[in-house]
Amino acid sequence: MAMKCAITVTVNGQQHHSEVEPRMLLVHYLREALDLTGTHIGCDTSQCGACTVLLNGEAVKSCTVLAVQADGCEVTTIEGLAPEGSLHPIQEGFWEKHGLQCGFCTPGMIMASYQILKDNPNPSEAEIRKGLEGNICRCTGYQNIVRAVQYAAEQMRTAATQPVGAGE
Amino acid sequence: MGIAALVGTPIKRREDPRLITGQATYVDDIKLPGMLHMAVLRSPYGHARITSINTDAARKLPGVVAVYTAQDLKGAVGNVPVAVPLPPHIPNGMGIHGPLAEGKVRFFGDPVAVVIAEDRYTARDARDLIEVDYEPLPAAIDVEKAMQPGAPLLYEEFGTNVAFSFHPPTDEIDKVFEQTKADGGVVVKARLVNQRLAPVPMETRGVVAEYRKSDKNLTVWSSSQIPHLLRNLLAATVGLPQHQVRVIVPEVGGGFGCKLNVYPEELVAAFASMKTGHPVKWIEERSENLAATIHGRDQVDYIEVAATKDGKITGLKVYGIADLGSYCQIFTDVIMLAFGFPVSSGAYDIPAIHLSADIVFTNKVPTDAYRGAGRPEATYVAERAIDLVALELSKDPAEIRKINFIKPDQFPYKSAASGIVPGSVYDTGNYEPALEKALELVDYKGLRAEQARRRAAGNGNGKLLGIGISSYIEICGFGPKGSAPVGLYESARVRVEQSGTVMVYTGSSPHGQGEETTFAQIVAEEFGIPVDNVLIMHGDTDSTPEGRGTYGSRTTAVGGSAVYTAVQKLKEKMKQIAAHMLEASAADITVEDGKLSVAGTQKAVGFAEVAAAANLSNTLAPGIEPGLETTVFWEPEACVFPFGTHVCVVEVDKETGETEIRRFVAVDDCGRQINPLLVQGQVHGGIAQGVGQALFERVVYGEDGQLLTGTLMDYAMPRSFEFPPLELDHTVTLTPVNPLGVKGVGEAGTIGSTPAVANAVADALGVAHVDMPFTPEKLWNIIHQK
Repeated sequence: MAMKCAITVTVNGQQHHSEVEPRMLLVHYLREALDLTGTHIGCDTSQCGACTVLLNGEAVKSCTVLAVQADGCEVTTIEGLAPEGSLHPIQEGFWEKHGLQCGFCTPGMIMASYQILKDNPNPSEAEIRKGLEGNICRCTGYQNIVRAVQYAAEQMRTAATQPVGAGE
Repeated sequence: MGIAALVGTPIKRREDPRLITGQATYVDDIKLPGMLHMAVLRSPYGHARITSINTDAARKLPGVVAVYTAQDLKGAVGNVPVAVPLPPHIPNGMGIHGPLAEGKVRFFGDPVAVVIAEDRYTARDARDLIEVDYEPLPAAIDVEKAMQPGAPLLYEEFGTNVAFSFHPPTDEIDKVFEQTKADGGVVVKARLVNQRLAPVPMETRGVVAEYRKSDKNLTVWSSSQIPHLLRNLLAATVGLPQHQVRVIVPEVGGGFGCKLNVYPEELVAAFASMKTGHPVKWIEERSENLAATIHGRDQVDYIEVAATKDGKITGLKVYGIADLGSYCQIFTDVIMLAFGFPVSSGAYDIPAIHLSADIVFTNKVPTDAYRGAGRPEATYVAERAIDLVALELSKDPAEIRKINFIKPDQFPYKSAASGIVPGSVYDTGNYEPALEKALELVDYKGLRAEQARRRAAGNGNGKLLGIGISSYIEICGFGPKGSAPVGLYESARVRVEQSGTVMVYTGSSPHGQGEETTFAQIVAEEFGIPVDNVLIMHGDTDSTPEGRGTYGSRTTAVGGSAVYTAVQKLKEKMKQIAAHMLEASAADITVEDGKLSVAGTQKAVGFAEVAAAANLSNTLAPGIEPGLETTVFWEPEACVFPFGTHVCVVEVDKETGETEIRRFVAVDDCGRQINPLLVQGQVHGGIAQGVGQALFERVVYGEDGQLLTGTLMDYAMPRSFEFPPLELDHTVTLTPVNPLGVKGVGEAGTIGSTPAVANAVADALGVAHVDMPFTPEKLWNIIHQK
């Protein structure tokens, strides 16, 4: 069995000290060591995007990041997107616009949408669809996901937004 | 019927708060004390004899608790269940398999051994240490070649790969065709392929089995569509009394039919827990999912259709060859015959139909139900047949449809297929308005004019415009007595509680379809209470009555009807109680707006007051049983037949062969819509999968049986940028089959859309037929060969 490495990762604002095998995937670390099971695993070749989280504020596929690579970094998962008891406008958008059915791709979709809107607060439909190209959904046909992101974009443009990672 | 305001309203889903915050529990989120992890060693060959298995090194790895092969399961675990083993061969063992391969492997991914270890990573490490010696055998991959003498045989003792044949005499249909030709009509023939597809739910399969040795009770969490059927079949297969097995279906990340099954891994995980006394978890990797979860479709149809010179179809011959894969799973052998053949007529009044079939084993993973399950293939046949007739007669395919549609006064319509296979009596339909609406929405006349102009100008802009129509029907809402060996009723237990809140326990098992919302809408509407006061529970065989699960677009039609019927019974009892409280006659009591009132007066008592009276019992009139709870088992007397018209407009690039969907219009009729928002969601998703089949998706096996589309890098899933905004509309044609007047909609989008795209591409290229998927390479070759 491989030697373990000590890592320190701040996840959703909380610091964790852990010992992990070098080969441990960040997504497994989040789900199994930290019991944050909102981030899902949908494939094994980095195609599907269900595992998308924010690493130092940028969307990454956590199945393709090793836990040791997250040493010293800040990670935000779906559980930390909004303070407890409230919803981020993107989450609201998915609810309002029926942007989910089985919900399995949804946390990853929401985190990817966060990145889209961070880079471009006023995206066109084509830009949203292009921005979601790394996330696969089998249930919705994407139509209402696009509407959800458009809804969120409008909410975020016209109101003050919550800072990310404020979950305590 | 009392359904009015809440039903028909597009309210937000009750399911969503837990899903959008990552707080839902899917099977891989379950962690139990002492839980072990299972990894499966699978065949790397499509067809091979197993000459030896050495598990010593694997067993010795620290952290490994056990390694099992077929030998270990003998006498303890039975065979994977098959619902309808078609004689003569399947009941004699052809296609029947135990959970782990014995002697032979018959598909790439066939499970050979399992490792049970303390953690997921160790289980995989140990899996790599198992040594299996194989003697590779030639594989039977092409289904038509697999039928030929001399083909590699999967089950040598049967001397053939053909499991079942059905070839009735053709004298009568031949006469019809001869007469049609003699009268100046036409006969068109085609070979149509519905290629093999992988269902690819975003959540792969998974199971957690927990056996308590002390009282021999087994609890199984599984990402499944069928909690009760799984419980019953699992109990029988692992040798436990039925009452000692509990199945809990947690949140399920998509099913699409592939989780309507009982799989080897569920059986082996249960066995492993029974042996080790520890909970055992198995989570399927995606590459396993593409190899070892059932595939869909994989049917070749040879069709001949005869029509008068005016375009009226006089006869249809369909010879279907179903590629079963290597084993029978639950419905493998009957998908084409029982689900597809009954709707061979499509939406058309075809007076003479001849059906014949061969179902054949090949060295691939078993095929079974995948969104549509037999109906997409049948619809594809009907819709391509219409367009081929139109092409042959140089007539407009929309006009040919109108000429042949079953007319409203012909319902209930007994299809000519019903002499051959059961189930072909269509309940209600009104096909032309849906077609007209779709044509108008898409501006069909304008598009045909544009097409004519551009063709006359030599398609100078480098793109070929194609318009494809699909006027589909489908059969769903399974089903009446005889649809399956186990009876496809659905159940509902409804309890009005002391506080006036309502608990509903349904035997349905939604996994994204949203019935926690739609059922609550029905209940709240009928009781006249806020929808938030109603909670819909499902998935746990301990708390729900015996049910049949969610598939076949049946949950609202059958499950919803059970809920509705149970609510009516409780309403009657509540009226009696209220009548006693108000000193009135029960016949004069109405239930609405949170009250039970004497009609025409101000005398009323609150819903919660009546609920309390029933649950607290002291003030009830003599003879009235305390409590307010009832269980209903509702069985339909027939299936239901949703329908619609989809129109697809494509632009095919002459330089690259790429197909762009310029527009997609769908007008669907699923009867009454309980929640239009959710109906649209089902249509969107259904269309995405139907378009997926037409343009992108295809399972590919090499000639040796290697799975070449083994990851999502190779299997082309539709992505967000590949669709234009889908334009939806609807008509509403109720059904008398159930009290809600609902048909199904879960599969309709998939069934209707594939032929629309196929017809559009053939139209764009100006050819009679192109096989799916319409890859750029394929279309480019056709364009540049002309």
